[in-house]
Amino acid sequence: MIPLSHFLIVGALLFSIAVAGIFLNRKNMIILLMCIELMLLAVNLNFIAFSHYLGDMAGQVFVFFILTVAAAEAAIGLAILVTVFRNRRTINVQELDDMKG
Amino acid sequence: MTFELFIFYVFSAVTLFSAVRVVTARNPVYAALFLILAFFTSAATWVLLEAEFLGVVLVLVYVGAVMVLFLFVIMMLDINIDILKEGFTRYMPLGILVAVAVAAEMILVMKSKTFDRPIPEAAPLDSSNTEALGEILYTEYVYPFEIAAVILVVAIIAAIALTLRRREGVKKQDQGAQIRTRKEDRLRIIKMKTEAKQGER
Repeated sequence: MIPLSHFLIVGALLFSIAVAGIFLNRKNMIILLMCIELMLLAVNLNFIAFSHYLGDMAGQVFVFFILTVAAAEAAIGLAILVTVFRNRRTINVQELDDMKG
Repeated sequence: MTFELFIFYVFSAVTLFSAVRVVTARNPVYAALFLILAFFTSAATWVLLEAEFLGVVLVLVYVGAVMVLFLFVIMMLDINIDILKEGFTRYMPLGILVAVAVAAEMILVMKSKTFDRPIPEAAPLDSSNTEALGEILYTEYVYPFEIAAVILVVAIIAAIALTLRRREGVKKQDQGAQIRTRKEDRLRIIKMKTEAKQGER
């Protein structure tokens, strides 16, 4: 049988790859959104692994809700991205500093 | 090595590889496609953990809807990749350092005896994951479930409201104005003398 720690380690590696991605692609807003999706995927993997290990369905219900909220987040994030691009002709995060005092 | 473990290693390796490619891909379209691959293989891992319903939902909702939305947005925007990629090598050491630190710390915790246990035996074949999830979702978690529905409605309205654009000079119907019209606005009755028929003189 597969030990629980294997799944958790895959989740941890996935999460840290996403963290590295946020560092590396700090200018491209689309890739930043994709890195957030990867992080949520890692979290979901942990939830499902523990849910299976403990025999408790609550973990899968949580994954269900995370998927819902992540879909909503992606939709709104991309809508904001399109609006930003329409107004500024760029999605470079570094140039979006209008609120800077 | 059992067959299950072999499948797990294959799918995990593909997931991690495609995650790395998402992060390092030069073209956002490739990044999106590799993210789709990561979602697919993760769905396989979830099915291995007997979360069949969520695995299917991941493929349907994420690959089918969210990633298509991503691809649409990428194709709609006219992005200069070179400008967005600069600083990639400059922040590479820092990013890798942080990622390795995070991964090492988490793995140190997860290799402890607490987590190093085999997962339970597979459930019998006639048990349904969807049924079990539905039973708990519509009873114990029915209020969070409805809140999730409200969140989705809010997301739809917010996304449409954000991207809706009013342009000047576009011809379109104004139903209110059409309904409000009265006879006097459209019809003009004029008095005139009867004219002679054509050809008659």
